[in-house]
Amino acid sequence: MTTFDTHAAAPAAASSSGAGALGALVVGVGSWATTTDHKKIGRLFAVTALLGGAASAVIGALLGFERIGAGGYLILDLDSVVQLSSLYRVVLSFGVALPLMLGIAIAIVPLQIGSKAIAFGRLALFGFWMWLAGLLLCISSIAANGGPGGGEAKMVDLFLVGVAITAAGALAATVSLVTTVLTNRAPGMSLARVPMLTWAALTGGVSLLLTLPVVVGTAIYLYVDHHYGRLAFGGNKGVNDWLGWSMTQPQTYVFAAIGVGVVAEIATVASGRRHPLRAILLVGAGVLSVAAFGGATQVQHALTWTDTSGSDKVKELLPFLIFNGLPVLGALVVLGGCVLGLAQGKPRVIAPLVPAVLGLGMVLAGMAGHLVAQFGPAGLAGTVFEEGEFNYVIYGTVLMGIGAISFWGPKLWGRSLPRSAVFGLGTLGFLGTVLSSLPLYVAGFADQPAGVVDGFAYGGPQELWNGLAAAGSAILAVTIVLFALTAARAFRNGEPAGDDPWDAQTLEWSVSSPAPADNFASVPAVSSPEPLFDLKPTGSVK
Amino acid sequence: MTHVLPAGPQPAPRRQLLVGTGVVSAAGALLIGGMLSIWLRFRDAAPLRESSDGLKQIKDWLPEDLKMAEVLTNVGLVTVGVACIMAQWAVYSSRRKDSRHTSMALGMTLLMSLALLNGLVAVYPNMEIVLADGPYQTMFYAITGTLITFVLAGVAFTLAALFKSTGGRAGNTDLMNAHALYWYFLSAAYTAVWFVVFVQK
Repeated sequence: MTTFDTHAAAPAAASSSGAGALGALVVGVGSWATTTDHKKIGRLFAVTALLGGAASAVIGALLGFERIGAGGYLILDLDSVVQLSSLYRVVLSFGVALPLMLGIAIAIVPLQIGSKAIAFGRLALFGFWMWLAGLLLCISSIAANGGPGGGEAKMVDLFLVGVAITAAGALAATVSLVTTVLTNRAPGMSLARVPMLTWAALTGGVSLLLTLPVVVGTAIYLYVDHHYGRLAFGGNKGVNDWLGWSMTQPQTYVFAAIGVGVVAEIATVASGRRHPLRAILLVGAGVLSVAAFGGATQVQHALTWTDTSGSDKVKELLPFLIFNGLPVLGALVVLGGCVLGLAQGKPRVIAPLVPAVLGLGMVLAGMAGHLVAQFGPAGLAGTVFEEGEFNYVIYGTVLMGIGAISFWGPKLWGRSLPRSAVFGLGTLGFLGTVLSSLPLYVAGFADQPAGVVDGFAYGGPQELWNGLAAAGSAILAVTIVLFALTAARAFRNGEPAGDDPWDAQTLEWSVSSPAPADNFASVPAVSSPEPLFDLKPTGSVK
Repeated sequence: MTHVLPAGPQPAPRRQLLVGTGVVSAAGALLIGGMLSIWLRFRDAAPLRESSDGLKQIKDWLPEDLKMAEVLTNVGLVTVGVACIMAQWAVYSSRRKDSRHTSMALGMTLLMSLALLNGLVAVYPNMEIVLADGPYQTMFYAITGTLITFVLAGVAFTLAALFKSTGGRAGNTDLMNAHALYWYFLSAAYTAVWFVVFVQK
């Protein structure tokens, strides 16, 4: 049975038939709200995520400013700090990193594999609305003193319902994405021949499929317990103990996993040749996803190291390396493979490569930080060092997302982003990410506690670190807003993009820009991992 | 410049519904598996107390006057097994384009699924436990409630397959395979809950 939706022509006729501007707007909004076109659904996810990213960075800056000087409550009060800290983590995890990567994959993957549509298009759209409704429930409940540790019981209940709905919505969209990769590939496109982004979407999607249901199950337990007696899970204080793992490392690696495919794809295009280490890149992306899933399922993989004998040290070391070290290895393999691929050819500097590679570097810095933090004698547990890891991974993912939108935007909107803007904003975003994270690493070594703004000597050098972190978050907020504005303007009135503006190798560049509603007039045949290179003149492609 | 790739041969049947159901079943298995592992963790961490005969120390996990509806849950295990056989019969008939037997098999699956649902719901009044009385009670309601939701989804899936079958699409083997796969998943989920929650408690 095939559950494709073929798309009727866009209902633009309404405006030309004299229905008026309001009517055209209603029709336009309606067509987006009810679309089963994967390119629109993906853009809905990604654009909403970018808005969430800007709002989160503002919250990060506010929290950072509270730690400057003597610490304490200069702008906010105690309740606001608790709520904003929760909001920051929830929105950045479930409202930014996860939907940004998922949206990009939903928009691009069916085009890459030669499919006319996404499998279960209505399910993907339902997933978007469910995810958005759940996220809004989470945000509104936290704003009304709910959320982890919140004091308003009904709002804590609402928060738990929101988390379950958000995760279930993302799960529905992931089911659609994974099924598409498994069943809708063009003739000749075996799994070994799929593009890098598609591979990362498959492996990252499977990891999401295996972790998000556990979030839903835990939220069900917590809701029933919290609503009916608070006897088992510690009431409102227990929410973070039981659900906190889904908003921290290594679960955040699962959200970032699709991003390594973005980097590998853009780097291959920049190298202008068939990637000599393609298999290694596939392995790297797979290792990252599988190891991140493994790490997320394990609770005790920290290295205590002291007070243990030699054999106990070895027993501790192995799971520590597997669950904390393997994701780093996977990301390093992809980054190293990309650099080697570029070094062996005559690389072109294409603008989206800058934010994408810098973003992967940031994710790696977060992973390396997590590895260090899990080493018990370092004494970093419960300090702002963990906030630094989180910022590195999530904002690195946002940078990879900016790279992806700059790269595939021409295919989705038909117009290109200005090269200088992508360069500039990519670099600014990199600066913001480093500033929002690295000073927290330093402050973590000085034992500054996480999640609070008082009860610690915030003067002296700490003032500098917290000030820099706050400035970094502010820079990130500005970067994301500027990128959104630049993209909105360029994709509306910018320079028209050609069908293959990057001289690329994968199937999406064989259709017109913007891609038509049903993607391909006829299903293309594929005989190599770089089908477009097969068509280009001999000598132009190695 | 647009690069036009040659059109490929007609793709093989995609079996989208079957694969999609497999993916959903894997996610469902993780949901139930995650909830069971939290259940086991709580049971393992329960403090010890003296048994009612005063002879041994037992885990202070179950309510002292717990009446487990074992007959109902054991019959449920048989019922879900029969439902799987009926669903597989629908696949067998569908491959032979035998609409009468396909519909009959789906009707039997529907009957079994309703019986299973009835049995699961009847567990609550039989056990006479109050939701807010303790950790065991809240967790029991949460996990069995989730299982009931999965069974309800199975009832809806069977109804949809039955409508399609009686509407002249009995030869849709992808639908029947996916339907049978969901019931296999459901039987695995029920068996796991039956063993951990109803038998081992």
